[in-house]
Amino acid sequence: MTTARDEILARVRYAAPGAVAPIPRTYRRESSRAGLVERFCERVADYRADVRRVTAEAASDEITSALDRRGASRIGVPPGLPTAWRPPAGVVEDHGLSPAELDTLDGVVTGCEIAIAETGTIVLAGGSRDGRRALTLVPDLHVCVVDEQQIVDVLPQAVSRLDVLVRDERRPLTFVSGPSATSDIELSRVEGVHGPRDLVVVVVA
Amino acid sequence: MIEPCPAAARRELANDQLRANLANATSTIRAKRARVVAELDDWEDLREAGRAIKADVLAHLDAYLLQFEAAATAAGATVHWARDAAEAAAVVTAVAKRHGADEVVKMKSLTTDEIALNERLARDGVSALETDFAELILQLDDDWSSHILVPAIHRNRTEIRDLFASTIAPGLVSDYPADLAEASRLYLRERFLAAKVGVSGANFAVAETGTLCVVESEGNGRMCTTLPPVLVSVVGIEKIVPRFTDLEVFLQLLPRSSTGERMNPYTSLWTGVTPGDGPEELHVVLLDNGRTRVLADEVGREALHCIRCSACLNVCPVYSRTGGHAYGSVYPGPIGAILTPQLIGIENAKTLPFASSLCGACYEVCPVKIDIPSVLLHLRRRAVEAAPERGERTAFRLAARVMSGRRRFVLAEHLARLGFAFRRLPGPLRAWTRTRDLRPPARTSFRDWWRQR
Repeated sequence: MTTARDEILARVRYAAPGAVAPIPRTYRRESSRAGLVERFCERVADYRADVRRVTAEAASDEITSALDRRGASRIGVPPGLPTAWRPPAGVVEDHGLSPAELDTLDGVVTGCEIAIAETGTIVLAGGSRDGRRALTLVPDLHVCVVDEQQIVDVLPQAVSRLDVLVRDERRPLTFVSGPSATSDIELSRVEGVHGPRDLVVVVVA
Repeated sequence: MIEPCPAAARRELANDQLRANLANATSTIRAKRARVVAELDDWEDLREAGRAIKADVLAHLDAYLLQFEAAATAAGATVHWARDAAEAAAVVTAVAKRHGADEVVKMKSLTTDEIALNERLARDGVSALETDFAELILQLDDDWSSHILVPAIHRNRTEIRDLFASTIAPGLVSDYPADLAEASRLYLRERFLAAKVGVSGANFAVAETGTLCVVESEGNGRMCTTLPPVLVSVVGIEKIVPRFTDLEVFLQLLPRSSTGERMNPYTSLWTGVTPGDGPEELHVVLLDNGRTRVLADEVGREALHCIRCSACLNVCPVYSRTGGHAYGSVYPGPIGAILTPQLIGIENAKTLPFASSLCGACYEVCPVKIDIPSVLLHLRRRAVEAAPERGERTAFRLAARVMSGRRRFVLAEHLARLGFAFRRLPGPLRAWTRTRDLRPPARTSFRDWWRQR
């Protein structure tokens, strides 16, 4: 008896579309435009995220005050988050918090893998500083630290760096471009449906 | 519920609220799309690459499907193959039952709508909770989608408030959008945290790595694909892209074409199972359900290039006036007019290819350059071949005879001048004159004028 798999493959082969021309990759794959960091900050701000540009020394204070401003006292962090980026109190390390436990956090602080200036996007890749996917999803506030060196200009540059993480390590990726939103109500964009309603991006020189 | 197109269209046109919402929505998105596309100098290069990649996929689909299966399996997923809707739904039901779940949480997925997953699950005692804001509205009100991207576009904020107040948020007074979103957030959060099984679709399935990719705005997709311990992803076989690198093209084409943003809020990519991060068990259902039939049509198979952006809907003069319900199909608008007849058989959707003025605007905005007008013409011919109408055939034969003889033609012209008293044509020709004004024939025919000149 033929399986569904056999039958589908047979039908696909029978349809036999035949050879095609090679794929033209004339779109922009590299870029080194000036004003990379400014462009990134502008475009993230366009999504109504709160963007702060600081020096390395000031990062710690900036993160703490972002949390204080919002009255966030229980803060989740990935175990690999540098000490300098952790607030002085209220830190809960994520060693496998359940969804319900994640829901008791006021916010999280993480780093990221790479950021894209053209689209104002931050990419989390499940690394030791990015954290698990659920960590940056459930709590209402996400403070994300981006090192200026991590910013590239266009999406293909980011994809080529992420390629090896996916092929060799099968890392799950999350591209974040602003806080969660919907445009379902008469097309007016409303922030904050299920992901964090508050996104703070701290860009460190 | 589903009526054939012209009748349904007439009904939808009479709905003023719908027309106002649609006009507002489509013109807003059109403007946004135009703005962000203009920002990219290499937009046309991206479109051409997108088209070429999809053509390559279809040309070697069997090899790519096998590659995907191997890579996904090596990464810890269980890959299933489903010939039709029933087989696909059966996989989801079996997984739910095995885990003792009588409810699954799902994100918006046209593929699952296509296979009527919710109804099939319900028949087996499993309920599917829609978590996309618009889908939730439709589900609570037993309504169905009118737009690929903004399914409840035909609803305004007051209608939504009333609906919520009588279902998930008793006592809700405000119709301010942020408050409506908050009501749905609170209601759904409980269910996300407790869910045992999540169901998703996928925008792209990477053959090289076995990676699935979902593009969304709200975060409910992340909820469904990250929190529950078990995930089932239903993926049409045409969603394959060959290499991870190819996403650099599609992740630029899709957000700008669909919501008119540089990038949508959340894009998630997962490759099999990652211990300690996300579901412990992943099932991927590769779905045919008529796609191999589309593939077998040399002209029509372009429809399988579609990346479900809905740009064609927003520029279509027909869709932007009638909305999705008029098409009577899960896929509305121009893409629906060419995909649905091929998926379900032209004899079951023979009016759809005619729901178009052939203006070609859809082709201009399609991010993967699907030549929709050509496919529409091709399908019109197939529709006529499948079910030729005797009256129409006779009329054309008669017209051919009249026009091929000079004396016959001249006589016909005289008769037309005399008979123009009948502004409305009789019988089956009535449909023609009901929506068009017949112009009176010229008093002197061209040949007479030429002779007298």
